[in-house]
Amino acid sequence: MLNFIVRRLLAILPVLLAVSLLTFLIASLLPGDLAMVILGDQATPENVAALRHDMGLDQPLWWRYLSWLGHVLQGDLGRSFRTGQTVLQAVSERIPVSLELMLMAEFVGLLIGVPIAIACAARAGGAFDRFMTGSAFAMLSMPSFLVAILLIYLFAVELHWLPATGYVPFTEEPLANLRFFVLPALTLALAEWPGIMRVLRSDMIATLQEDYIALAKAKGLKPSRILFVHALKPSSLTLVTVTGINIGRLLGGTLIVESIFALPGIGRLLVGAIYTRDLVILQGVVLLVACGFVIVNFIVDMLYAVLDPRIRHGHA
Amino acid sequence: MSTPLLTIEDIAVELPTPRGNLRAVDHVDLSLQAGRTLGIVGESGCGKTMLSRAILQLLPKKAKLSGRVMFDGEDLVRLAPERLRRLRARELAVVFQDPMTSLNPVLTIGTQLMETIQEHLELDASAARKRSIDLLAAVGIPAPEQRLGQYPHQCSGGMRQRIAIAIALSCEPRLLIADEPTTALDVTIQAQILDLLAREQRRRHMAMIIITHDLGVVAGRADEVAVMYAGRVVERAPTQALFKRMHMPYTEALLAAIPKLDTAPHTPLPAISGRPPDPTRPLKGCSFAPRCRYAAGRCHEAKPELKSAEISGHLYACLHPIRMTEGIGA
Repeated sequence: MLNFIVRRLLAILPVLLAVSLLTFLIASLLPGDLAMVILGDQATPENVAALRHDMGLDQPLWWRYLSWLGHVLQGDLGRSFRTGQTVLQAVSERIPVSLELMLMAEFVGLLIGVPIAIACAARAGGAFDRFMTGSAFAMLSMPSFLVAILLIYLFAVELHWLPATGYVPFTEEPLANLRFFVLPALTLALAEWPGIMRVLRSDMIATLQEDYIALAKAKGLKPSRILFVHALKPSSLTLVTVTGINIGRLLGGTLIVESIFALPGIGRLLVGAIYTRDLVILQGVVLLVACGFVIVNFIVDMLYAVLDPRIRHGHA
Repeated sequence: MSTPLLTIEDIAVELPTPRGNLRAVDHVDLSLQAGRTLGIVGESGCGKTMLSRAILQLLPKKAKLSGRVMFDGEDLVRLAPERLRRLRARELAVVFQDPMTSLNPVLTIGTQLMETIQEHLELDASAARKRSIDLLAAVGIPAPEQRLGQYPHQCSGGMRQRIAIAIALSCEPRLLIADEPTTALDVTIQAQILDLLAREQRRRHMAMIIITHDLGVVAGRADEVAVMYAGRVVERAPTQALFKRMHMPYTEALLAAIPKLDTAPHTPLPAISGRPPDPTRPLKGCSFAPRCRYAAGRCHEAKPELKSAEISGHLYACLHPIRMTEGIGA
């Protein structure tokens, strides 16, 4: 097992290096000169040249990459030239919002998707299965801004149960904080469960055809044990992958949902950085989010090994 | 004769397919006394596995089953699901063909054994564990205690089939159905597994149904043999009587298709030419007639009924039975 973890960790290193190179190139190859952006239209060529020299922009690209990478490795991702905030400060302010949203959305999404998938697979082709498969299709084709508006209309405007927009930190008012997160998390979860439900359902249906399920029945085990112990575990590999991808994606913030519900998350930080051409922030955030994604996928790999002993022992 | 443990009455299984209904099992009657062994023999697709699934009530959901499966006075077909579930493992158990797919890959061998024991016998975890170790030892697995914590992929095919047998034996069933238990295994392992089954059967006084395509497998091991073709039982007899004098040309052809050690090299095996009839399009006459070298005109006209031969207990369904004066050495 330890051997397995070390092998996976070593495999991550080149991925992270590639990620850093790509994020650096994105920011560097964007049209427009950073020094010009900072100094504005009225700047004299001398001033621009001086700033370019100060910032190292007159150096060759590979040199700039290496020196940036050197700083990154020391934990220095740079500083916004607009707000003076370091990238780490900006991200650590916003990440709790996106993290909380992601956790709640994934939790609710799994809470809806997994039981429905199991129930559908247990009676595949039945009335409930057909109805839920149809509903999942309908939900998949609903854009999240529409779902968000409908939820706001129903729960905030009509019923007055929940606030429509806003945010307070969890540390200040935990209950109010959770209330602010219900609708945005639900919006995301309603977009997540159809995918969760569909992959788990089809994997479960395939697993239920297996000989070892027939043997589990022949052993006279309870139907619930057959479904939850014998069928669910071997069927959940794709589910874990999909959940990992969802988590990675939501880690980068969700632009539309954060905007609609006025949540100060990573998504809005990124969009702000793009609008203001704050390339240092942009580059830093993209790098951090990409690293987060890679780490989540590493955890997914580890979960595979937990779920399937054949992977753990290097057989598959 | 005492009442049989298992009586199959007029069992028919139909599977809906895009090309129409497939009659997998076509009105089969069989019976089996406690402690006896019945061999069901036939080529692939003859319905022997579907028949075993029908007895075990493990048919696919869409399959249509008619007839009765009387087990110890109860009709398994019409039994309430919960009552049937409690009969499983304690009364009727099964060993499937392929031990590579019949054990759950993500559960340890110990879990798969102990869950069966704890479901049906009132034993606590440590007693169930003790019993599991004893069972693994009984089916010839070395270091059984270490095996409990291992997963199926850490064992060889023969080991896995021994484990599957240990699971089947775990609650002392009165009937064990072994569905081609050696087909997926190396030849050297096959005899070991068959001997293990025979030994445990005698020791536990279980009734056993061995399903196989190989007449050689049942030769020394079954008390009675039923030969199936195209979903029907076409010949049924006490094993020795069958090998001494077979009436049905299909049985003869099956026996001839077994390779023998004393034939000269490069002799072609007398395989049965042609294919079994399309089970979605039943023939009017004998279903073996198109492949039968004895078939005459009337064989294509009327379906032969299963009828008694001179020897009691020997049944065959053939209008043109083989007239053999000399028996085949069995």
